[in-house]
This record gives sequence, C-alpha cells and structure tokens, in this order.
Amino acid sequence: MKNLILIAIVTFLGFSAQAQTKKNKNLKYTTEVNGNCEQCKKRIEKAAFGVPGVKTANWDISSHQLTVILNEEKSSTADLNKAVAKAGHDTKEVRATQQDYDNLHSCCKYERE
Amino acid sequence: MQKNILLFMVFLLSVSVFSQEDLEEVKVTKKQKSLKKSYTVTANTTVITSKELLKAACCNLAESFETNPSIDVNFSDALTGTKQIKMLGLTSPYLMITEENIPSVRGASQAYGLSFTPGTWIESVQITKGAGSVINGYESISGQINTELLKPLNDIPFFLNAYGSTDARFELNTHFNKKLSDKWATSLFLHGNTRVAKNDMNDDGFLDNPLGKQINILNRYQYYNPESGLVSFINFRYMNDKKQTGEVDFDKDTDRGTTNQWGSEINTERFDVSTKIGYVFKDMPYQSIGFQNAFNSHKQESYFGLNQYDIKQNSFYSNLIFNSIINNTMHKFTAGLNFTYDQYQEFVNATDYSRIDNSVGAFFEYTYDNTDNFSLILGGRVDNHNRLGFFITPRLHMRYNPWKDGVIRFSAGRGKRSANIFAENQQLFASSRTFSILDNSGKIYGLNPEIAWNYGMSFSQKFKLFSKNAEAGFDIYRTDFQNQAVVDLMESPQEVLFYNLKGNSFANSLQLEFNYELIHNLNLRTAYKYYDIQTDYLRGTFQRPLQAKHRFLGNLEFETQLNDDKQWKFDYTFNWSGKQQLPYTASNPEADRFPEFSPSYAVMNIQVTRVFSSVFEVYAGGENIGNYKQEKAILGADDPFGANFDASIAYAPIFGQMYYAGLRFKIK
Repeated sequence: MKNLILIAIVTFLGFSAQAQTKKNKNLKYTTEVNGNCEQCKKRIEKAAFGVPGVKTANWDISSHQLTVILNEEKSSTADLNKAVAKAGHDTKEVRATQQDYDNLHSCCKYERE
Repeated sequence: MQKNILLFMVFLLSVSVFSQEDLEEVKVTKKQKSLKKSYTVTANTTVITSKELLKAACCNLAESFETNPSIDVNFSDALTGTKQIKMLGLTSPYLMITEENIPSVRGASQAYGLSFTPGTWIESVQITKGAGSVINGYESISGQINTELLKPLNDIPFFLNAYGSTDARFELNTHFNKKLSDKWATSLFLHGNTRVAKNDMNDDGFLDNPLGKQINILNRYQYYNPESGLVSFINFRYMNDKKQTGEVDFDKDTDRGTTNQWGSEINTERFDVSTKIGYVFKDMPYQSIGFQNAFNSHKQESYFGLNQYDIKQNSFYSNLIFNSIINNTMHKFTAGLNFTYDQYQEFVNATDYSRIDNSVGAFFEYTYDNTDNFSLILGGRVDNHNRLGFFITPRLHMRYNPWKDGVIRFSAGRGKRSANIFAENQQLFASSRTFSILDNSGKIYGLNPEIAWNYGMSFSQKFKLFSKNAEAGFDIYRTDFQNQAVVDLMESPQEVLFYNLKGNSFANSLQLEFNYELIHNLNLRTAYKYYDIQTDYLRGTFQRPLQAKHRFLGNLEFETQLNDDKQWKFDYTFNWSGKQQLPYTASNPEADRFPEFSPSYAVMNIQVTRVFSSVFEVYAGGENIGNYKQEKAILGADDPFGANFDASIAYAPIFGQMYYAGLRFKIK
C-alpha cells in the first residue's frame, strides 16, 4: 500500500516536474566543502554517495571542490549539501552543526569560516 | 579543459577496468618511481613505467623484465638467443599478453612474439599476477601483461635511439610525430636491428646467438574530440625478422637441407591492422562504449637442420565493451562481446596441421569499490569455441586495506586454452628428438584443452625504517591443472612426448619482497622466489624441467639530483638462480649427458646513463659482467645429425659477458 502511494506520488511529481522545469538526470554540480585531509575526502565522498541519485562524487583536497553528478529526480542539491554538513563538513550552502563538527577526528578539524 | 582531460582519462580508463587505475598510476608516478605497486588497485598489478624500461640494456619487450620481480627471464634454447618469460613458474603461453588490451602474443607468435615489440615504443607495461580480468579472454592462467604504446597526442615530435653492443648487435629507433589538427595526431615508429658478426665464445662450433635482421614499422593515428566524447586509434604495422643460427660455417645457400653443416633459419613476416573507437556519453563520464578490431597475419618459415617448420596464422579479433554504473560509481560494471577467428596453416616437416579456430563469447564484470578500503571485481564469461566447446570462465579479485599503507589481496579464477604444441615448443626442433603425440581423441592435435584454476593472495606494507621509506610484502599462488598438454622431456633424450595429463600437475609459488630507500635517491629492491612446480610424467613425478626452485633478485638504482637538466643514473641488477631440474639424458653416452640438476649461478648487469640535457643522453652498460656461461650448451655438438644432438637445453647464459652503449636524442 505504502509503495502504491509512493508510486502515485512519484508519478504525480514526475508530471508536475515536467510541467515546470525538466529535472536533469545527470546534473553536474560543484560546490565548495571545507576539509583538510585524505580522511576528510573519504568522509565527504561517502556522505555524498549516501544521497540517493548521486552517481559520482569527488572531493579535491587542494581546491576543496566537491564535484558530483546527481539525478535530480531522486534528490536535490540541497539534500546533498545537508548530507555533507551532517557528516561534519561545512559547505557553501549549509553549515554543519557544532555537534557534528565536534565529532570529527582531530586531523579533520578544519578552520571554520 | 580540465573537463576534457577528465573525459579523456575516463574513456581510456574505461577500455578495461584493469587498465583503469593503471593509467592513472602512470600519470602520478612517472617522475617518482620506475616500478609502482598501487595500494588501491584491486588486482595484484605492477606498473613498469618507461623509466624502468630504460634500465634494460636492450631493446625489446622480452628483455624489459630483467629488473622485475614478478617475471622471470630465461633462455629458451642455446641457439636463437630468445628470452622466455615466466610468471608464477609458468611460461608465456599461460599468460595473456596484450598490446593496448588486444591479445598480441598468441598462437604462432608465442615463441618470439615478445621480441617483436621494440622497447622504445612502449609507454608502460602493466603486469597482473594471478587470474586477471575476463574482458580480454579466457586464456590467461597465471597472469596478464598489457603493454601500452606511446600515444600520438602526447608524443614528442622526434626521437632517435641508437645502440651497439660487443655481441655485434646494432639497433636504430626513430620516432616521428605530427599533430595533424587539434583532434588528430599521428606517430611513425621505425625500428631496425641487426647482428652482423658470428660469435662462438664457447668454441663448440655453433653460433652463440643468431645472425639477424629485423625491420619493424608502426604508423598510428589518434583522434580525440572532447566536445563529442569520441576517441579513436588506428594502427598499421609491418614486421620482418630474419634469423640464422647453427654451425659457424653453415652457408644457407649451399648447406640447407644437407648434412654438410647444421644450420637453421627462422624468417617471420607479420602485418597488423587494429582500430579502436570509443565514445563517452555526454554528461555521463562514467558511461562509455568501446569497439576494438584487430586483424593480423603472421607467417613464419623456418628450418632447424633437417626439420622444417612453417606456420601461418591469420587472425581476427573483435571486442565490444560497454562500461557503466549501477546507482553510483561505487558499483561499476563492464559488459561486452568478443569474437576471435584464427586460421592456421601449419606444416611440421611433411605433416599438415592446418585448421581453423573460432570463438564467440560474452562477458560481464562487476566492480565494487567502497572508495575507502575495500574493492572487489567479480567477472564471468561464457564462450563457445569450435574446439574448446561451450564453457564458463569465472574470476574474482578482492582488495582490503586493513590499516594505513597495508594491503591484502585475494584472487581466484579459471583459464582454458588450446596448446599450440609445436609453435610453443619449437626450440625442440633444434634437436634429434622425435615428436610423438600419444593421444588422438582430442580436438587439438589429438589433445584436450588445457584447464587450470589459479588461486592467490598477497600482502604488502609500507613503513618507515630509520626514517626512510621501506616496503615489505609476500604473495603466494597456486595453479592447479585439471588438464594439461604435457610436454614430456623426462622419458628419453631422443623423444619429446605430448599427452593429456594423467594424474597431477600444479605450480606453487611464493615471493618475498623487500624494498628500501637506503639513502636519498638510492633505492634497493630485493625479492626471493620459491617455486614448486610438479607434473606427473610417464616416468614419474618431477619438477618442471628448466625451472629453478629458488631465485633471488636484487636491484640497486641511484640517480643524482637533476641539475640544470643534467643527471647521472646508475643501475645494478643481481639475479641468482638455484639448481634446475634438467631433461632426462642419462641414457646417452657419458659425453652427451647433462647431470640431473643444473648448477646454480648468478648473473649481474650494470648500466650508467648520463643525461646531458632534456634533448640528449647517452648510456653504457654490461650484461652478465660476471661472465657466467653454461659449460656445455649443446649436446652432441660434434655430431649434429646424430642421435644425441640437442640444442634445446639452456639453463644459463650461453654467450657470457656483453657490453653495450647507446644514445637517445629528443626534440620536444
């Protein structure tokens, strides 16, 4: 039953989405994410991969740029930013909570802006 | 631009999952290390970069493994100077040897094929121990060797290499490169080598290495369009190789086919055309499709004394590959189809073994990578072959990093192949042995297909020792033959027998490795290898002949700091080989016998390179500077048409010490 509702909603959303702007199945999205090291890289990418619809994720240590390819039909870029912030890393869009930041390993405690 | 590079990389990488990380490695390590073992690649793969290749004296792919612990270099016989390679104690027919992921050394080219790729053409070599990927085929049993040639779009406009040595061998390599447009580039590689003088250092009346001439030409085109995601390679290649060996006084014009003098000629002509086309989907750099086609014609005409051996192979190979992801790039897959067609015209003396082989197969390979410390490649293929039948080939590789700078790997897989018994054992024609095939019910020369399982695991750890970089590791592998085309040299010195394995045949190997940066820019590489390779022959169970049970490799490299583009490089390699089981000769008269086991011996090579600028460098070195020689190289050398003649038993260098010098000139 739950599934049926879900399908109905998805179908409905699908139609309405098409009515508005067509959602990109392969959106290339880049955002700045704060972090330091190899360990941060693994955590950031893991968080990104945890978001439904994220197909690739790569965080560059030196430039701090997180580049993903995202299926917008499954998640929004806001969902991505939230998920990364939840892992403790500030993004340009969403700031991590103090508690999530404090949970980071000592080597990952980047300087916050 | 960055995106373009990314797209391009992704395509190249996607051609095979295995070459994927390899190519990346080359990029990363080119300036740092000459031999690189990655800690994040799933399979047990070592990459030999072009820097490492420069350490080898000379000059072709067969000779470029002397400093590599994964591969053992042996001599195939006492006449042709051919070097034979082994991995996990098994000879090259049990390896999958590919050039840019297209099978290259197979069938008719098995004996000399590696010497038909000049060293200067090579960009890098990836060596995978164990089962390997299913993408290129089902034939690999103990390992895979893939060679990447220089890419026209990255090549320099002009390169020249000249080489000469005291065994009268001369080589000339010239490369030309032209960018035809921003999307097209072409390279033309010309290679010639020759040995002009007769050498007989051990005074047995036979040449220690053959007189020879080789012309080798490759013209390749590369297309790359970042906007459309289209990539293509087109290669044309022609090779002509002539060798003459045998008694010093042999004159091919008057003595061929007679018993005046014993002599041999091996003439090979080869023509290759190959194309690759790839497309990376727009906005989906993880998804691509590739289509490879290769045609080659390989013709060898040869005689060994009164034995005549001619083989011509026309081959067509086609491979369609699709790469994509399941949800995200942590789950990748490769799927595709292969088609292989081989037409053989083979004549052993008067017997005609001509035949046509063809196979069609489909493969699927799944790769999981948690982007952290674990990855897995699970592959399978189904093939239908007119002689091997319908069969399934499963392969598995796993990698786990339990802690920092440590890696554990595991692999298992099955391989199946038809043994080209004459082409693979043609050194035996240089003997008075009679060839007998004892079975006649199989489809390949009366024999059944060879089937083997290979299992292995390895561990490597990097650490600091006295604040210098160190690395230690081991690997163990086992190959279990379910069936084998046994080549029996243990029955009689006048016979070689071929038959289906009855009983057991296995190859166990253990390798211990320790590498250390002794002082800045001085690197030590050491490896100890243990092999236990047993086969049940008619006479009983023996170690595989001409295989040392213990081997040791040491390599020291030193280079000075680059100063104004000037540099010195020094390289020293020590190879020790323990005693080897020799073919049975005890029934011969005493003068024409070998002992049961060969003595152990060591071979040392040195090389010095002086880089004068980024344009010009010279190098000089010595091979086998300890001057070790196999005491008796040819049995029955005084009566080469008699019953005891045998030039196929080479366990050590025949020639002794050899010195060489060469130069490299580049226009960038």
